[in-house]
Amino acid sequence: MADATLVETRSARGPMSRFLNAPAARRFRRNRGAVIGLALVALLVVVAVLAPVLAPYAPDAQDLRARLRPPSRAHLFGTDEFGRDILSRVLYGARISLFTGLVPVISGLVVGTSLGLLAGFYRGWVDDLLMRVMDVLLAFPSLLLALAVVGTLGPGLGNAVIAVAIVSVPGYARLARSVVIAAREEEFVHAARSLGAHDVRLMVKHVLPTTIGPMTVQATLGIGFAILSMAGLSFLGLGVQPPTADWGEMLSRGRRYLPDSSWLLLYPGAAISLTVLAFNLLGDGLRDAFDPRE
Amino acid sequence: MLTYVLKRVAGLVPVMLGVIFLVFCMVWLAPGDPVLALLGESAQGMSSAQVEELRRAYGLDRGFAEQFARYLTGVLRLDLGDSLRSSQPVSSEVLSRFPATLALAGSAMLIAIVVGGSFGVLAAVYRGTWVDSVAIVVALLGVSVPVFWSGLVLMLVFALQLGWLPASGFGGWRHLIMPAAAVGFSSAAFIARVTRASLIETLRQDYVRTARAKGVRERGVRIKHALKNAMLPVVTVVGLQFGGLLGGAVLTETVFAWPGVGRLLVDAIRTRDLPLVQGSVLLVAVAFILVNLLVDLSYAALNPKVRYG
Repeated sequence: MADATLVETRSARGPMSRFLNAPAARRFRRNRGAVIGLALVALLVVVAVLAPVLAPYAPDAQDLRARLRPPSRAHLFGTDEFGRDILSRVLYGARISLFTGLVPVISGLVVGTSLGLLAGFYRGWVDDLLMRVMDVLLAFPSLLLALAVVGTLGPGLGNAVIAVAIVSVPGYARLARSVVIAAREEEFVHAARSLGAHDVRLMVKHVLPTTIGPMTVQATLGIGFAILSMAGLSFLGLGVQPPTADWGEMLSRGRRYLPDSSWLLLYPGAAISLTVLAFNLLGDGLRDAFDPRE
Repeated sequence: MLTYVLKRVAGLVPVMLGVIFLVFCMVWLAPGDPVLALLGESAQGMSSAQVEELRRAYGLDRGFAEQFARYLTGVLRLDLGDSLRSSQPVSSEVLSRFPATLALAGSAMLIAIVVGGSFGVLAAVYRGTWVDSVAIVVALLGVSVPVFWSGLVLMLVFALQLGWLPASGFGGWRHLIMPAAAVGFSSAAFIARVTRASLIETLRQDYVRTARAKGVRERGVRIKHALKNAMLPVVTVVGLQFGGLLGGAVLTETVFAWPGVGRLLVDAIRTRDLPLVQGSVLLVAVAFILVNLLVDLSYAALNPKVRYG
């Protein structure tokens, strides 16, 4: 800790430059897959934000004279059974996809980290109880647990988000717990305790920050998984409901028009795959940057 | 080994109880009155006296603990209530669909182990060459492409355009190929990644260097000394992947109209047939737990460190 402060005062470089030149950041930049992943994620965010500008048509504008048209100059990705422009729907779908990737992960992360923090910090019966509950949740295959939640609460976007968030909680809780157990024996935590810091302050100010690195990696990989799960639920008709432009929902309806209208299938499926690939590449890259083993 | 087996089985009891408890709670967590949740649409048009009568008949007027005890004894006798739609016992409906799901998940697992294992070994042995790069890219695609999409693309190409395989339905092994390949692909990718990493790690170990130093041929070193030990983490992943396979099977069964538990469950959710949802969830979860038990036991049989550790 002391060394870091020394370096900090000596170097005149700003915080941004220090961040970009940290060993982890340098390892990340040298990793081709990681950089591609980051670029793809950035592209996805741009598409999601600029969808109204980029899309040639409104996502739910119907043109009943142009139903099920193959890709053409007017409709680059073709049209669906209501004559809606597939390209516009795919572009708008990026919004739902980001939403369904981020919201369950952030909620699962907050709940999971808090539980892991409590379990790892207090140990004893709190730890036993929380970890037994996590064991039970982990005893279900993840999609099955999501389906059980949706089956209980009923289909729909909100409930599907809750389902995917619940599924992700045990993973975050376990990871946070293991990091916290290691951290609470660190000298700086003992030092803070002997200076009279109370539990909440110790947990939030000293122990919690040690979880940020590993949790970020886990969460980035979790976004890909959340998007896949949400697309799966929507494909089954249990997640995003029509007429919202969503990739999983588009596939669910598009498959009825096989084999003649294969473009209904191609573009939304490719969009899901590319998005999940982007977050997986980014997550792998972050993991290798923070934890260089090879 | 026997002590280990008994210890592992005993450890399952609280998890099983927890799973049954969660499934039992679904009725209570569902929005609205539990009786109405259990009755579904058939409750419409009933008088409140009739609803109260059914509440007593289902035992829903009793205490929470007593109800759970009743549910638990029911589960142990395989009595999971009746489906709202068909009025058939849930257990017989679910069990009759189970072999189809098991056949799908089992053959997908086989594909995943064979394909993923060989890709992983090739990538590790030819590390840093184009073989490795191809394997890494394919493995990345495998974990990123949604299983229902790869299923649909397979169906489009091999059934609807080439006409080589039946597009959907249940029958001989020809019906099984595409769904199993679709489900197996993503697990194959995971297994390939773990096999590669594990084999690379093992090839660095001292005993591998010793084997080389004493003149064992490279082929012998890789197969006898390295591969055998590198397979241990792979066994664990195979067990964990079985959960993913069951999830993939749920999605793929819908794509290929495969009459398994997954489709039964999805249809039950759509029609709000809560007893059937509970029964399907419970059975698949129990199957998953048992498969993981088998995997753990075979792991212990392969690795003495675990048994005596």
